[in-house]
Parts: sequence; C-alpha cells; structure tokens
Amino acid sequence: MDEALLRALAPTVISVLVRRGADFAAAEDAVQDALVEAVRVWPEEPPRDPKGWLVTVAWRKFLDAARADASRRHREVRVEGEPVPGPGEAVDDTLQLYFLCAHPSLTPASAVALTLRAVGGLSTRQIARAYLVPEATMAQRISRAKRTVSGVRFNQPGDVATVLRVLYLVFNEGYSGDVDLSGEAIRLTRQLAARIRHEEVAGLLALMLLHHARRTARTCPDGRLVPLAEQDRALWDTRLIAEGVDVLQAALARDRLGEFQAQAAIAALHADAQTAEETDWVQIVEWYDELVHLTDSPVARLNRAVAVGEADGPRAGLAALAELDPDLPRYTAVAAYLHERDGDPVTAARLYAEAARSAPSLPERDHLTRQAARLNSAAHRG
Amino acid sequence: MAKYLLLKHYRGAPTAVNDVPMDKWTPEEVSAHIQYMGDFATRLEGTGEFVDGQALSPEGTFVRYDGEGRPPVTDGPFAETKDLIAGWMVIDVDSYERALELAGELSAAPGAGGKPIHEWLEVRPFMAEPPTITE
Repeated sequence: MDEALLRALAPTVISVLVRRGADFAAAEDAVQDALVEAVRVWPEEPPRDPKGWLVTVAWRKFLDAARADASRRHREVRVEGEPVPGPGEAVDDTLQLYFLCAHPSLTPASAVALTLRAVGGLSTRQIARAYLVPEATMAQRISRAKRTVSGVRFNQPGDVATVLRVLYLVFNEGYSGDVDLSGEAIRLTRQLAARIRHEEVAGLLALMLLHHARRTARTCPDGRLVPLAEQDRALWDTRLIAEGVDVLQAALARDRLGEFQAQAAIAALHADAQTAEETDWVQIVEWYDELVHLTDSPVARLNRAVAVGEADGPRAGLAALAELDPDLPRYTAVAAYLHERDGDPVTAARLYAEAARSAPSLPERDHLTRQAARLNSAAHRG
Repeated sequence: MAKYLLLKHYRGAPTAVNDVPMDKWTPEEVSAHIQYMGDFATRLEGTGEFVDGQALSPEGTFVRYDGEGRPPVTDGPFAETKDLIAGWMVIDVDSYERALELAGELSAAPGAGGKPIHEWLEVRPFMAEPPTITE
C-alpha cells in the first residue's frame, strides 16, 4: 500500500467533513481514525475508490464520536443519519487547511505539529518520534493547537508567508527517527505549489529540491559531515536538481523576487558547478546581496562573508566578517575557515577549537574538532 | 532492573589518565573516539540496556525566581564553575556491578595516541519506584 498516497487524501477528506458540518477538530480526529483503519484494512481489501472509502469511514467515525459525546453530556444528538450535501467547493479546501494549520495565532511548534497531522496525515506517534518527544506531549500540543484555531472560520483567506515558514521548519528538521521530515516537507510544498500560483511557494520548493539533491553527499556513512567543497558531486541527484532549476526559473520569470527564490538561486549556482573550483562565486555574492537586501538577516550576512572570501580572497572575506556581531552562531567557524584560507593555520586551529566548544550540534562539533586536529597535527609534523 | 546515570563532565571530575584536549589529537584519533562511543551505544541497544544518551553544550546559565511580577534573575555563564556536565547516558541494567562494568568500558574510549582516555565517569543510581509488595 502506498502510504504517501493515502496521506495525500487526508486534507481533502477533512475538508469534506467540515463542509458537511463537522467542526475542524472533530473532523481531523475522525480522519486520523479512518487513516489508521485504512492502514489495517487496505492491504487485504484494497478499495476501488480510496477517497470515497475514507470519506465514508471518517464520517461514520465522526458520527460515532458525536453520538458518544452527546450521550455523555445527556443532550440531544445533533447529527443524525446521512448528511445533506454541502455547498459546492467554491474555494480550494486543502489550501484553506494549510492556512488554518499555520495560523498566526499558533506557535511555530504547534503549527508544525498540526500541519504534519492534518495536512500531512501523519499519526501523533510518528510526529512525536520525529521530534523526539513523548507521544503524550505531542498529543497535547496538537489538541491545544486545535483549540487555538477552533474559532477561526475555515474559509478565511490566509497568509502564504506563515505557511512557507512552517514548511521550511519541517524541511530543516531533516531525518530523525522513522519519518523523513525533509521528504514530507517536499511532498507538502509540492502539493501546495500545485494549488497556488505564488513565486515564493515555487522558490521554497526549488530550494528544498536543490538541497535535497545533495543529501546523500552531505554525510559519510558514519555520520560525518562533508563540507560542500569536498562532496562527491557524482552523488548529487541530477533529477531533483533539474526539477529544482525548472521550478526556480519559472518563478524568477515572474519577476517578483523573494528570499526563498534568492536562496534557491544560490543553491542552483552550486548545483551548476561540476567541481567546487568551477563555482561562480561572483554571482553567488550578488545573490547574497539580494538576500541581505530582502531580509537583512545576520545569517545571510555571515554566509555572504564566506562567499566574498571565495570571490575576492580571504582578506576580503575577513573584512566582511569584521562588520558582523561576533556572537552570531557559527561566526567563529567562519573566521577559522577564512584564516586558514589566508595561510594562518595557527589562528585557524585555535578558532576551530573555540568554534567546536560552542557548536550547536554534535556532527558540527565533531567536524570542527577534526578541523582543529588536522591543523594542529600538521603543524606538529611540520 | 535498575536505572543508572553515567555522567560525563567537562570539568569537576578527577583528571583523566590520558588527559589531552581533543583538538590536539590527530583527526584519525578523533574519528576512532567518535566511532567507539557510537558503537558502545549501539551495543547497549542490542543488549536491551540503553535508555537515553545526550550531549550538552558547555554554556549554561543560572536562573532563579525574583518575586511576583518580576522577570527571573539570571547569572552566568561562569567560566570558573567547578562542575560542568558534558553529557550523559542512562542505562537500565540488572545490577550495580553491571553499571560499573559498563562505565569502565565507556571510560576506555580511545584518545590521544589511540590509547584509552581512562576518563572518570560518575555513576548515579536513579531513585526507584516504591515496591508494590511491602510484606
């Protein structure tokens, strides 16, 4: 059974239930139950009409829950029998679901969890495993998020930017546990891009595809990080790169630049270089200038300093770095790299060791420690 | 079964026998060390004794309540803190002796020159649940 296909139906089925009069929270629960039943039943008895099957089962689950709820509260059963068909689908309901799950009243963690469940059709257990928290904690987070958006009308226009932030966060979480969050983020962004013509949606999709293309090359089998310049470019997924470049070019042609398109353009220039030496750093610096202009982000400025170091030499890179706040995450690692390129291995080794001490993740710490060790042992031998 | 915490310190433990900072090792020695730690955890998962393992960043801040309506007071990080925890592994084992045995193995992780670090690890028993049968 194709679980991704099953999960792709989840938002549509939720929308159908909501149009029939179910509130969002109850509809979402009912669809989750129906998905669980589908996973159990479909391998033996594959349905002819998967969507119809899910709607029927989810609606039955909803009615059961509503009846149980009603009798618990000793009041009349509000919903009975077969539903009256709702009004026609004036707006794209799946799109509305994206907006609802990324509603600005939600914290980023809640919006991520709700999106993965309601739009992505993942189970609470899968989401909990992916984020390494107990299942009960994730269940609470999701039910609180549903309460938060319970007053939001389903057909209100939403903000694409908040949806993109949520999808970006999911993508960056990468692969942990048994759920490939990067792959899931791509699936959800692809589905979104098919429903809305928006340059930055396309920009984010292109960015994800271009980075995902490098995934195999980014780490050794033992988990060691491989810097971009040292990656085996034969391992890059050319099909994903081609798709990312196509999506990006179509977006750029609309001439409404945004931060995701700019980031994707940088990734595309890296993808375009057959070897690290062939990288067009001058153009990359220009794109970082655009990115800094668009976002004024300190992270973009830091990355720009690295690019300047490649385009105009390490001294120029260090000069660009000197304008930034030394407390920025990864500032010291960048300084170490530029000093090494500038032919000062002693300073570089000291800075790599310092950067290792403040590294935010173990793979980065191990990588920076190795860099320091490499320079120190070379100095020792020489 | 009983749970134990194996604590690794940045500072505060007695000095290891093979006490060389990691950036002064060769890159191969760094890799061998990381491999050993990973293999150790994998092996304990295989024997059903692994519960959890985490590494901590060295920068910490002390925080305390400062009264109604006031933001909490923070202090630190302290460069001279005597005791600084680097990370932990939680194991669930049959006996205290087994906990000591495993801590000893973890302390034998290779360091500079490929020789064991002989690092001091702290073994702390978890408080257990009260027994169901009391008579």
